[in-house]
Amino acid sequence: MLQFVARRLIQAAVVVALALSAVFALQFLAGDPVKLFLPTDTTPKQIEEFRERLGLNDPWLVQYARFMRGALRGDFGRSLRQNEPALGLVLERFPATLSLSGVAMLVALAVAIPVGVLSAARRNSWFDHLGIGATVVGQAVPGFWLGLMLIYVFAVWLRWLPTSGRGTWLHYVMPSITLAAFVAARFARLTRSMMLDVLGQDYIRTARAKGLAPRRVLYRHAFKNASLPIVTLLALQLGQLLGGAVITETIFAWPGVGRLLVQALLNRDFPVVLVGVFLTAVLYSLLNLTADLAYAWLNPRIRYE
Amino acid sequence: MSQAAVPPYAATLVEAPRPRRRLPLSRSGAAGLTLVALVVTVAVLAPLITPYGPAETDLARSLRPPSRAHPMGTDQLGRDLLTRIVYGARVSLAIGLVTVGVSGAIGLVVGLIAGYLGGAADAVLMRVVDVWLAFPFILLALTVNAILGIGLQNIILTLIITGWVVYARLVRGEVLALRALEYVEAARALGAREGRIIARHLLPNLWTPVIILSSLQVAQFIVAEAAISFLGFGVQPPMASWGNMLNEGKTYIYNAWWMTTFPGVALVLTALGVNLVGDWLRDTLDPRLTT
Repeated sequence: MLQFVARRLIQAAVVVALALSAVFALQFLAGDPVKLFLPTDTTPKQIEEFRERLGLNDPWLVQYARFMRGALRGDFGRSLRQNEPALGLVLERFPATLSLSGVAMLVALAVAIPVGVLSAARRNSWFDHLGIGATVVGQAVPGFWLGLMLIYVFAVWLRWLPTSGRGTWLHYVMPSITLAAFVAARFARLTRSMMLDVLGQDYIRTARAKGLAPRRVLYRHAFKNASLPIVTLLALQLGQLLGGAVITETIFAWPGVGRLLVQALLNRDFPVVLVGVFLTAVLYSLLNLTADLAYAWLNPRIRYE
Repeated sequence: MSQAAVPPYAATLVEAPRPRRRLPLSRSGAAGLTLVALVVTVAVLAPLITPYGPAETDLARSLRPPSRAHPMGTDQLGRDLLTRIVYGARVSLAIGLVTVGVSGAIGLVVGLIAGYLGGAADAVLMRVVDVWLAFPFILLALTVNAILGIGLQNIILTLIITGWVVYARLVRGEVLALRALEYVEAARALGAREGRIIARHLLPNLWTPVIILSSLQVAQFIVAEAAISFLGFGVQPPMASWGNMLNEGKTYIYNAWWMTTFPGVALVLTALGVNLVGDWLRDTLDPRLTT
């Protein structure tokens, strides 16, 4: 097991390093960032000086080596816009993104698991049909549109909630629902199908036959055994939330990494893009690894060589 | 993983005459097909459905609520919203179909090479796949698109670049399982060439999973395009895309609810229809696949 973890960690590190190189390579396709920054009346000489200062005139291999060396030390250069270390800019936005993703995940689980369990327990009841309908629609509603509709109803029309920013718990309501909806739909579907599997097993019949309270059978005997893939999905979906945050944060002007990234992409502020993409890849890879490990740990029948 | 996925249908030794299968239609499958048919019809008949052009502006009639002349209202430039939604369907469908077709073909070839040849080719190709999968899909697509630049062609290119990996991974896994089956070995023992084994023995068994994945990918690509265009990249106005319409609508959310409502409804109905068809195909063709 330890060997497996070590091997996977090394693999993840290699993948992240390659991913970083890929993004670095891509920015060469993106065209000259310098022209976008300097005013149009800048003389060619000034442009040349600026390029020299940023090291953009060096051969790409030199630039790449410099970049990777810096990256190892945690130095990704300075933001082209704000002239601050790019790493710091991104890191200071991380707590906002993590707290939003965390709240969204809790919201999703709090809704999805009871819905999934009850749907399975009362298969083919009206509740089940309603639940399935909601999850199917939930998976088809893109987060950004849901966000806009929430803004329209709760901010424009009812005036109950703030549309943007982060401060009070009220600010969390709409962004976390927006982010949670899709994830909740997936969890509810998975919970339901896993529960249906488990509920057909002999030991459930035994538990019922010996007269245990139905509630106890449902949660203690059935759900506990059905929760294995749910734990795995949890880690994977936390990663997806990081992606979804890009859009949600932009809609609600949430001061997180996602919004920073979108702005950096619009501004061609590549150092910031690189750090953001790099850290997301690291986090995402770690979450995927966690999912694998959780799966192996929770189910002793699975063995990795 | 401990399970050896052995598709039961792959175990035939002789090539049996293929029975004509008719897929049993479920209620949700029928609903999905109806929705998809509706969107396709609307996209094809676009000019017949509306008297306006998608980029036809009329500043005197800007931001009008839904009325008889403009059933879904007008936008800030007085363009008819229904018209733009109908033409937007063309953009969405074209993007969904082209990207799924091309990325599916690339993924199929890569997956076949990796799974069939194994060894170094497999190792290299799968590391490339890992790199792609090290990012959340939408973030990767957004970054690639921002770097490639805006426009219809580039968004299609973006989705192809980011989309082939899931096919490659799926096909590789299937090929690995199929390659080990006795009938493939038998074919080889009989002296069949590699090309024939791939074409006659592997490909026919790959269509089902690839088609199922494609049906689910179409919805994902359509929504991804909308999301990227919504963020200001991707398809740019005046070309109508549901995503950039929502982006414009966002600015006027305080005085023109129709601008944010209708393009979103169109998007949801399309994604819903395609998803339902995908679920139905998966459930009927291959119940052992789960996504």
